[in-house]
Amino acid sequence: MSATAETTAPEAPTTAKGGGGGRSWVPKLTAGERVRALIILGLLAIVLFLLPAILSGYWINVSTDTAIYSVVALGLGVLMGRTGLVSLGQIAVLALAGWVAARLCFATSLPFPVILLLSGLITMVIGTLIGLPALRLQGLYLALITLMLAGAIGVALRTTNFPNGGAGFLGHTESDRGNGTIRRPALAHADTAFFRYTVIVVAIMFLIALLHVRAKPGRAWAAIRQSEPAALAGGVNITLYKLWAFALASFLTGVAGGLLAARSGQLFTLQFPTQDSILLLAAVLMGGIYSFWGAIVAGALMRLLPALLDNWGLPADLLTILFGVGVLQVLLTAPQGIVYQFPRDMARLGRLIGGLFTRARGAPARERAG
Amino acid sequence: MISIKGLTVRFGGVTPLDHMTVDFGEGTNGLIGPNGAGKTTFFNVLSGFVRPAEGSVTVFDEDLFSMPHYRRARWGLRRTFQTEQAIEELTIYENVLMVHEHSSKEVRASRDEDVLGAIKFVGLTASPYAKVASLGAAERRLVEIARAVVGTPRIVLLDEPAAGLPDEETERMGKIIQKIPGEIGALVILVDHDMSLVSACCSKTAVLDFGKLIADGATADVLRDDKVKHAYLGAEAEAAA
Repeated sequence: MSATAETTAPEAPTTAKGGGGGRSWVPKLTAGERVRALIILGLLAIVLFLLPAILSGYWINVSTDTAIYSVVALGLGVLMGRTGLVSLGQIAVLALAGWVAARLCFATSLPFPVILLLSGLITMVIGTLIGLPALRLQGLYLALITLMLAGAIGVALRTTNFPNGGAGFLGHTESDRGNGTIRRPALAHADTAFFRYTVIVVAIMFLIALLHVRAKPGRAWAAIRQSEPAALAGGVNITLYKLWAFALASFLTGVAGGLLAARSGQLFTLQFPTQDSILLLAAVLMGGIYSFWGAIVAGALMRLLPALLDNWGLPADLLTILFGVGVLQVLLTAPQGIVYQFPRDMARLGRLIGGLFTRARGAPARERAG
Repeated sequence: MISIKGLTVRFGGVTPLDHMTVDFGEGTNGLIGPNGAGKTTFFNVLSGFVRPAEGSVTVFDEDLFSMPHYRRARWGLRRTFQTEQAIEELTIYENVLMVHEHSSKEVRASRDEDVLGAIKFVGLTASPYAKVASLGAAERRLVEIARAVVGTPRIVLLDEPAAGLPDEETERMGKIIQKIPGEIGALVILVDHDMSLVSACCSKTAVLDFGKLIADGATADVLRDDKVKHAYLGAEAEAAA
């Protein structure tokens, strides 16, 4: 008993400093977290400097899309993984955000970061309104409502189309290829520069989500997801925090939509089929819905995998089959997703291989049990 | 002091609480009754999960029903659940902090002291920074109690806090419950089927049967009451005896 008390003692002061000074928003990092932060910064540096050096223009654009879709997946992770709210309308929200960003780009001469922020905020308001049914509905019914809303948004966008420099509020013209493209930030016109720009914005989005999850809203969401009665009994305003989750997810998706608009130059309704929202859910489930790394894996499954299939000359329809098999596999063997399964299986494989060498000493019974 | 007058709950044709009128005073109060007697429904009414058809609940001279349910925790009403509801994804510290930051008025200054104090109060020996998912049943129950006593609770409702625990853990739980009125300063209502726990903790006990209050008074007297024995053992068992 005294041994456990002693091990807890050195940890206590770190948190005491974090909470005591009134800065509860940003918790003080422990040693392990500092190491993890350094590793993440290292990976970020590799992505920013090494990838552009070795990838061709086509794959740079695919990487940009992957980064953008990982933010969309992150939004769904906040909703479903953290708060337990099902949404099958995230791709429609992304399309809406693209529309808003395109509209802002053609109507104003605001700097690009402002356009990103505004499309994030406007999408946040719309997404929160979409989240209102979530206060009354749960599970399958909420999924159905969000899917129907996604369908409705799809229909509306097919009739109005995306702004491409035309006149009026809708800003769409049928004249040949429109009147121009959605502009990119002044700093990042070229594809490689825009890739770097995107990665940095995406990193900021992940940081915003992390700060939420580690702070008061994250704890409230965890309580709501596991047990609404326990959350209520603890004084959590469930209405507020559910809407907050929708607001954050929509803001993230809104910024992603702004990036996607600038990346594509022109947006088309074909880019946002309603079934992509369902594929996104499958991808997020496969990647790992409770993890931020899972969102990155999901982004790769949504955008990198189709590009790879295309590159290998395989039909794109194969993706749906792969996703189906993948979801089944993950749900049966690793509900927490690939990001947990992969290290676990690697560790198992390591033990197996290690077991081959130690078998002579009579150790194999142990790794079977583990 | 909680004063309940004519509290009635109806679910369609079922009446889980039927004109319940009782007062709970300072200290630890027992609330017992056979399964389905309405004990948990009563707690759910106080928490705001269930809307009563009639009746009033006055807590320390305030009308409880005038507060929205999530405000009741801030006012000082806390509870635990029959099936424990410690949040697995969070650490022990975060579980307690979650309640503290949503239910206390001046949070920042004494936050750490309060949270660690509550964890210490229930005698959890695991690291406060351990995930609840890694804890056993008894420890999770203690996490729930810590959540209920952190900050400045005024009323703590304990719904079968010792359900499923072995005897020595139940005894330990009893000692912690007994400390709540004195050290935390909250009124406690304890629902449990373990009569030794109830008699150890509660000087006064009320008995519900089919939603009706059938006895109320000193615990020892209540447990000897014929009506109570009848409710628990049933008419046939009594006839056989």
